[in-house]
Amino acid sequence: MDKNYLETIRNSKPAQFGILIFIFLILYFLIPQSENNYLWRLPSVLKGIPLAINNVIFNALYEWFPLKVWDPVFEMYEEKAAFREFTKAVSQGLLFLITVVRELLLGGDKIIDVFVSDSWLKENDWLSWPALPWTATTVGAFLLGYQLNGIRLGLLGGIGALYISVFGNYVPSIQTLSFVLITTPICFVLGLSFGIWGYLDKKVETALQPVLNVMQTMPQFAYLVPIIALFGLGDHAGSIATIIIATPPMIRNTILGLKRISPEVVEAGLMSGCTKPQLLFKVLIPAARRDILNGVNTVIMQCLAMVVIASFVGAKGLGLNLKIALNSLKIGKAAEAGLCIVIIAVILDRFTKAWADKQKDYFENLTFFQRYKLLIIFAISVVIFSIIAFISGGYFDKINYLYVIPIEKGLTIAHYIDGAVDWVWETFFYSLNSFNKFLLTQVLGPMKHAYLGMPVIATFTLAMGAAYIVGNARTALIVGGMLLFIALSEYWDRALITMYMGSFAVIMASLNGIILGSIFGRTERGGRILLSFCDFFETFPSFVYLIPVIFLFNITDTSVLIAAIVYATVPATRYTVWGLKSVPLSLHEAGTMSGVSAFQRWTNIEIPIAFPTVMLGVNQTVVFSLQMVILGALIGTEDLGQIIFGALSRTKDGAGVALTLGIFVSLIAICVDVIVRNWAEERKKALGLA
Amino acid sequence: MSPTISCDSVYKIFGANANKLLADSNGSVDAKQFQEAGCIVGVNNASFDVEKGEMLVVMGLSGSGKSTLLRCISRLTDATAGKILVDGEDICLMNNKQLVELRREKMGMVFQNFALLPHKTVIENIAFPLQVKGVSTENSMYKALEMVELVGLKGRENYFPRELSGGQQQRVGIARSLAVEPDIWFLDEPFSALDPLIRKEMQDEFLRLQGVLNKTIMFVTHDFDEALRLADRIAIMKDGIIEQLDTPGNIVLNPATDYVKKFTEDVPREKVLKIESIMDPKDTNASDNLKVSKDDIIESVAEKILNSKEIIKVIDPKDSSEVGSINPSKVIKVLFGG
Repeated sequence: MDKNYLETIRNSKPAQFGILIFIFLILYFLIPQSENNYLWRLPSVLKGIPLAINNVIFNALYEWFPLKVWDPVFEMYEEKAAFREFTKAVSQGLLFLITVVRELLLGGDKIIDVFVSDSWLKENDWLSWPALPWTATTVGAFLLGYQLNGIRLGLLGGIGALYISVFGNYVPSIQTLSFVLITTPICFVLGLSFGIWGYLDKKVETALQPVLNVMQTMPQFAYLVPIIALFGLGDHAGSIATIIIATPPMIRNTILGLKRISPEVVEAGLMSGCTKPQLLFKVLIPAARRDILNGVNTVIMQCLAMVVIASFVGAKGLGLNLKIALNSLKIGKAAEAGLCIVIIAVILDRFTKAWADKQKDYFENLTFFQRYKLLIIFAISVVIFSIIAFISGGYFDKINYLYVIPIEKGLTIAHYIDGAVDWVWETFFYSLNSFNKFLLTQVLGPMKHAYLGMPVIATFTLAMGAAYIVGNARTALIVGGMLLFIALSEYWDRALITMYMGSFAVIMASLNGIILGSIFGRTERGGRILLSFCDFFETFPSFVYLIPVIFLFNITDTSVLIAAIVYATVPATRYTVWGLKSVPLSLHEAGTMSGVSAFQRWTNIEIPIAFPTVMLGVNQTVVFSLQMVILGALIGTEDLGQIIFGALSRTKDGAGVALTLGIFVSLIAICVDVIVRNWAEERKKALGLA
Repeated sequence: MSPTISCDSVYKIFGANANKLLADSNGSVDAKQFQEAGCIVGVNNASFDVEKGEMLVVMGLSGSGKSTLLRCISRLTDATAGKILVDGEDICLMNNKQLVELRREKMGMVFQNFALLPHKTVIENIAFPLQVKGVSTENSMYKALEMVELVGLKGRENYFPRELSGGQQQRVGIARSLAVEPDIWFLDEPFSALDPLIRKEMQDEFLRLQGVLNKTIMFVTHDFDEALRLADRIAIMKDGIIEQLDTPGNIVLNPATDYVKKFTEDVPREKVLKIESIMDPKDTNASDNLKVSKDDIIESVAEKILNSKEIIKVIDPKDSSEVGSINPSKVIKVLFGG
């Protein structure tokens, strides 16, 4: 063959991919499907991993490092494992904090109980912290918003609180709020500390990266079983699960923010005579404030997105209500609870942002009363509303509406929502059903079949080949190693199903996102509107997406995939808009002067320049899709998620299985991430953007 | 009196085994050899003094090591070898605590891209060095307000840096660096990020301030005209080496190397040179009608001298004593060459 011709192939990525796919197809059709053929399926030599994990957990909890602990009930010393005492202390500490906040707002005697004896409390049953009337809470929300950023934010807080109260969601909302108010600061402190540590020490940062990757890509469900095993059920378990999910973005944002500070600012701090702590707390952290506060914002959003999942391990509040409503297919009730979560999310979001931007006036000269005006008004309103609520207690029959409006007595629009859903269902049943059937039999079924019919050697060739083409031998080995880990377990077939659902969702979501982003992201205004839509959809807990689709498509792969596609379209859209925005104006002008048509502009200028950014969006899409696909197990799909979900009900040996499978899912996501990121980096370099 | 800043054989070499390479080289560092060994030479054997109240301008193109030299003297980076004395004390030997103390009491620095703290207002930025020192909020705010007035930003105390123009931001940077009333003032390309017109305005402002404050100054720039305008003495750097260190007049008249000559060639001499540099010895024929100071820039008095058509007396402005004479033909030579 001509030497030049060979050279061309060596340098042309499309040609390389073509050859790769050709080899893949040959392998696909040539390898016979037989359980004894190692090219078809590898032996499951790693079967023992879940059991080993279980043994470690069991030993840590009951055997290793025994301590003598005084048991006050039996009045004797007992041998207990140090680790178990540790997890117990963590659980009790967290639970105590959450209960304090909860009882401060909702009243009760659990905290008082901690300080006095049981019997004394029983004799004096008047002794109970009074609940804050919802009227006072509403005034408080208004005043806080007003103090932070004027009348508009005040109204947002006030009306939000009013809606929640009047619709009878006061108690679960406060339960959720107390959960968020305790979990967020913990994530903040943990995230900030690790972030600073990572910034100061390069080695720590390198070590953190893979851990954070796994933590963020692992399906939330996979954490739950081990957490139950280690910490038991309750609000604290939910809080711990949330901390695991929400801390990594905080760490990442902190490191990112600190790295972005210009070296001159650090030098200016040093030349101003800062000591090391002063430099850290007065220069570095404040200068990185915007990124750090973005992190806090993400943490709060993650907390709220987690409330439903946290309810699986015993967290109370809106999440639990939503879950119960969903289990009994009460769409209206579920939607109302979901709306409350969104309202709380929006209020907290805006409040934290306003707080971040607040400015201090050094030359103001205020009297005590002026300074604490709003606080005094709040205190007075608490007293007045409490008195009103107390006095009027006698007028109402049993329920005191001025304290708390219980959920069954609140206003509701649930039946209208149910009605609307019913109407859609009845009207479109036939067409929906036939669409569903078509998709299942003509697209999804064959696709699933094709994935399952893939010999393991073909899968490896494709994945490692792609990694090699976009990266190098090292990339290929990393990808191969991670896949091998899964292939050697007994869950390879399940993993293939997860991959099939994941890849379908990723492709569709990416297409949607790129198209939506390209259409609306072309103008400044359209881009802004689209981005605010993305913000809005991201505040939804992932569960909410499942509500409508189950109704429309029953419990099938279609429902899960549609939910996954909608959910994962958000990041693809967002990054497309960002990517298009990053195209420099001068290039647009050069294009215009060259006389490009709109479509030519899109294919020749916008997409190539935006490509690296769009690819990062696709990366996010993979994570989002996999999360939702695993979540889909809740409603019964048959991939890895189903087993993880099943493990929830057998806590004894479930922990190992759930963790192992969680790591598998996370490995799949990381494999895609490695390939896509390399590709994006390479394009960036080629475009001179890096 | 000992100089305020004194550098003796200062080296700064970046790279993993810089110390070993430097020890092997016996003081004669060749940038190319070092580069092959994986090291980059930032400052190569710099020795000079800066007297109290003097303004030394370090001039060089990007990569010449001028900013690195400044950072060695402020110890934002540690010099690889050499002695740097500030008021007689070797700052390279100082521990962290002494260093913090030194910066709090004696040093102020202005940065190219202003380096203002984005989360603080104008007044908070200026008060910052005082606050880290432990001055009470009230006192530091009043001192900062004084500084705001000094740099002409009154009325903008509560603005954030992002709400100010580049020139205004650098005024804040200047005010901040002066807030602790330091003896030594470092300026790292302070006006390079500004528009030409604003730059001129800021240079005038800077000269005015220096007239009032009389600090010991090290000023880094890549702009030769700026250096000529401001400096008592100029150090010209290339590849980490100080090529020439002299007064602006001597540099323009007698460039030491070809590299320096490239800068001086196109400089209009009448705008740089003082009468002193072209005057003759005292002349008894000199006219009494007109006297010029030896510190006058030629351009500023050229017209007067040429109009008189006589030999003119040159005096020392300090005691009005006669120190020399000037012949109009000399001025013509400077103005029109030949």
